[in-house]
Amino acid sequence: MHMADALISPLVGGTMWVATAGVAAYSIKKIQTEMDEKKIPLMGVMGAFIFASQMINFTIPGTGSSGHIGGGLILAILLGPYAGFLTLASVLTIQALFFADGGLLALGSNVFNMGFFTCFVAYPLIYKVLMGKGYSTKRIIVVSVIAAIIGLQLGAFGVVLETLFSGKTELPFGTFVLLMQPIHLAIGAIEGLVTAAIVTYIWNQRPEIIERAASGEAIGNASIKKVALGLISVALITGAGLSWFASSNPDGLEWAISKTTGTAELESPVGLHQKLSDLQSKIAFLPDYSFKAPESEAGQGAGEGEEAWPAVSEGTSTAGLVGGGMTLALAALVGAGISLLKRRKYRANS
Amino acid sequence: MANIMNSLYNMRLLDDLARQETIIHKLHPLMKLLTTVSFLTVVVSFGRYEISGLLPLFVYPVMVFSLAELPLKPILLRILLVSPFIIGIGILNPFFDQQIYRLGGMEISRGWLTFLSILIKSGLTVTAALLLIASTGMDRLAGALRMLKIPRIFVLQLLLTYRYISVLMEEVARTLRAYSLRAPNQKGVHRSAWGSLAGQLILRTFDRAQRIYEAMCLRGFTGEYETGGFKEIRVWDIAYWAGWMLFFVAARLYNIPMVIGSLITGVIR
Repeated sequence: MHMADALISPLVGGTMWVATAGVAAYSIKKIQTEMDEKKIPLMGVMGAFIFASQMINFTIPGTGSSGHIGGGLILAILLGPYAGFLTLASVLTIQALFFADGGLLALGSNVFNMGFFTCFVAYPLIYKVLMGKGYSTKRIIVVSVIAAIIGLQLGAFGVVLETLFSGKTELPFGTFVLLMQPIHLAIGAIEGLVTAAIVTYIWNQRPEIIERAASGEAIGNASIKKVALGLISVALITGAGLSWFASSNPDGLEWAISKTTGTAELESPVGLHQKLSDLQSKIAFLPDYSFKAPESEAGQGAGEGEEAWPAVSEGTSTAGLVGGGMTLALAALVGAGISLLKRRKYRANS
Repeated sequence: MANIMNSLYNMRLLDDLARQETIIHKLHPLMKLLTTVSFLTVVVSFGRYEISGLLPLFVYPVMVFSLAELPLKPILLRILLVSPFIIGIGILNPFFDQQIYRLGGMEISRGWLTFLSILIKSGLTVTAALLLIASTGMDRLAGALRMLKIPRIFVLQLLLTYRYISVLMEEVARTLRAYSLRAPNQKGVHRSAWGSLAGQLILRTFDRAQRIYEAMCLRGFTGEYETGGFKEIRVWDIAYWAGWMLFFVAARLYNIPMVIGSLITGVIR
């Protein structure tokens, strides 16, 4: 479920970063006030554990395949939602940096999709509520599966929305949803079953761990409401702010499209509402939406600036191909030159 | 199992690479972080039909690769490992967008164009992130995060997670080896052992955290993870960032290959 940078737009990435930073700041504040210092190493080591445990393949009964855990729910159950969210955020940061699992710009979205929905929706609103009557093996299994499925479904839907708002793929909304949700239904069920197995085991062996997490951080309705409200307002403000910035700037996202295709109509000014209506029209008219065919011939030289580019013609596309080749060759030459110089310097030194 | 060893190897490799002392390694981590983020933003801000305009941006990874003396192969391998997902999503573009587009005498569907654009962007963004960590290292990067006023708790716990990944991966690898010796010819962990295997690991993790905490207290842990102080930002560090910024902005505003290409084709005509 890790989103990559290549599929996200700066607007969506930035908005999700702000939203995630908001939740993280709130979680940090919460932890600091009820802090038990011991929790810092525990969070760190548990993060490392989640990382390592993703290498364990759990065989799925009845099939030849195996799955692994995402970890958001188990972290929330063992550490509480705030510490769980922060721990998952650091796991995802390390994955993005060292393994290129999900990009740095997309990190906000990834933490939100995998951390927020599990720690702040599935855990307090589903797991804790349904678990309220006390633990039993059967209840742990049923509740874990439900909570994991809901958490993952929301996360998967987040991926769909963020990808579509970014506008990098041509996937229509309906197809994407039909692709993502069922897959994550299966993944969620497995995650739930594995989580249930782990929670049951720990409940039997060391019940105090789970009790402590559950009672120590009773998350009241008020605070979850506060998180949600704060989050929505932050997202709205940044979304509006960033889109204002983007649309007041003619060289926004779509500028590039109009440059290559000559059809500024393809996606007119940026802005969240515009993205939304764009999305709508995509859902509705996708099969027969047509682009305005580029007409004018514009193979003039470089000197004419902006006006010379927009329309795509045989001439400009050839120029683009030639220039592109040249640029890449130049880049390679620069790299080779530096390496050569360095090697010479080493030889001279030795 | 091979998977775990691979990941461990990869992390240690990046760790080792980050310990070199090249021009790039010596730059201030904060400036490198800012440069990387600026680069990513510029790459990602290109529209979905853009290809030629993205090409000049290859200069950045190429320069960093050679200046930082990083090996191409392991990092390119990482990028290849990530690409299946990108390809999986992007490959659908040609099916959904079959508008014909003429490119230098060839006719291709616009979907292929967007697909290619996604591939290029993915290559650039993934490389940039890996180059950052390979030329900076986690500790120095954490220092940069602290300078950005990222809360202490988060940075501390990020560093602890990072530190303990190798320890816990080794533990998981040992556990899995022991399991596989007792359960031969089995692809993964059987359902009957799901809870006990992972649960046992978690319990050990909890105990380990307790011991670590006690050891930290004995060594005078007061809640701060000492990263050895912050390096001063020199003029050169700012110049590095500013220079790249100029280049990124220029590459974003002007289609450099198009300029070069028109000059050349113009001359030929």
